[in-house]
Amino acid sequence: MKPLALIAVLMTGILLLYGTIDMPNWGDPDSPASIHVSPRYIEKTVEETAVPNVVTSVLADYRGYDTLGETVVIFTAAMACILLIRRPRK
Amino acid sequence: MIAHLEDVIIQTVCRILIPFIQVYGLYVIAHGHHSPGGGFQGGVILGAGFILFCVAYDINEAKRRLSEKLDTVFCSLGLIIYSGIGFTCLVLGGNYLNYSRLGRILPVDPVNARSLGILGIEIGVGITVMAVMVSIFLDLVSRGKHEEGLG
Amino acid sequence: MELIISKYNYWVYIILMMIGFYAMIGKRNLVKKLVGMNIFQTAIILYFVSTGAKRGATIPIVEHGHGEVAHAIQAAHYVNPLPHVLMLTAIVVMVSTFGVALAIIIMLYRRYNTLEEDEILELRK
Repeated sequence: MKPLALIAVLMTGILLLYGTIDMPNWGDPDSPASIHVSPRYIEKTVEETAVPNVVTSVLADYRGYDTLGETVVIFTAAMACILLIRRPRK
Repeated sequence: MIAHLEDVIIQTVCRILIPFIQVYGLYVIAHGHHSPGGGFQGGVILGAGFILFCVAYDINEAKRRLSEKLDTVFCSLGLIIYSGIGFTCLVLGGNYLNYSRLGRILPVDPVNARSLGILGIEIGVGITVMAVMVSIFLDLVSRGKHEEGLG
Repeated sequence: MELIISKYNYWVYIILMMIGFYAMIGKRNLVKKLVGMNIFQTAIILYFVSTGAKRGATIPIVEHGHGEVAHAIQAAHYVNPLPHVLMLTAIVVMVSTFGVALAIIIMLYRRYNTLEEDEILELRK
């Protein structure tokens, strides 16, 4: 069982490392992740929302609907733990 | 499940540290605009302060301060604050969660109304995350055998 | 060699992912598998955050941002904030799945009184 697991892990690792040949270099300011919508968020956040922290303004204002879904996820996790573990009083 | 050891050093240090941890958690929530932080991070710090109290003192002592019924109410209260602010923006004429419409009931211009809307929802998220951390911890520690139920 | 030196952050996080993956499929105890899943998720979060780095840039908080901002804000000075935002959500999902998985492990222990996966499979037959 353990040698099989080791072979599977090594093969997955080699496939993933082969896939990093096409990824952008580390610290490249022209990588595709940084040139489409992210400069607009950085430049316009103080004049549109008066909040200097770009991460908070994107998380709570530009993408506020996703944060609502996120809060429902953690609420559902608490409800799942309550339903699984608590036993009713006899 | 946690054996209760009466250790004088741990109890004295925790008695001094826990108010500072709670004030730091509130600071992280309130300063989400100008420094790294926000609702999730501050909520986890507040929850960790309460868990430290449970570890240092007895669990029944901790349940006297924050019972499980009140904790479940806090879970829902944070979500009600978040959705309530969204519905207020809808009632005032804009889209759901469009905070600039809050400038009609608050005495600020629409740009600063977005900043206040962000602060309001971060408070709601902080309350929910704190209550969920405490609730999951109390469930896993007591394994369901607790003296008072939910009703 | 150029491939490794310019992209060594991806190599480090892939090695960390494979350590977590081996713990998930190679160990027999259920709690050790769960710790492996946690290591795997943490490696993925760090991988995504590292794709947003820029050389010579600072954290994504606009400097001197109180009141009116008089100077122009250049996007190349600040680290890309979008992976940070998405990974905050991913961290919360990590904590939620960890909590529910521990609750399921408690239920399994109540039923079968053991935590090794091969003993549980024996007892189910």
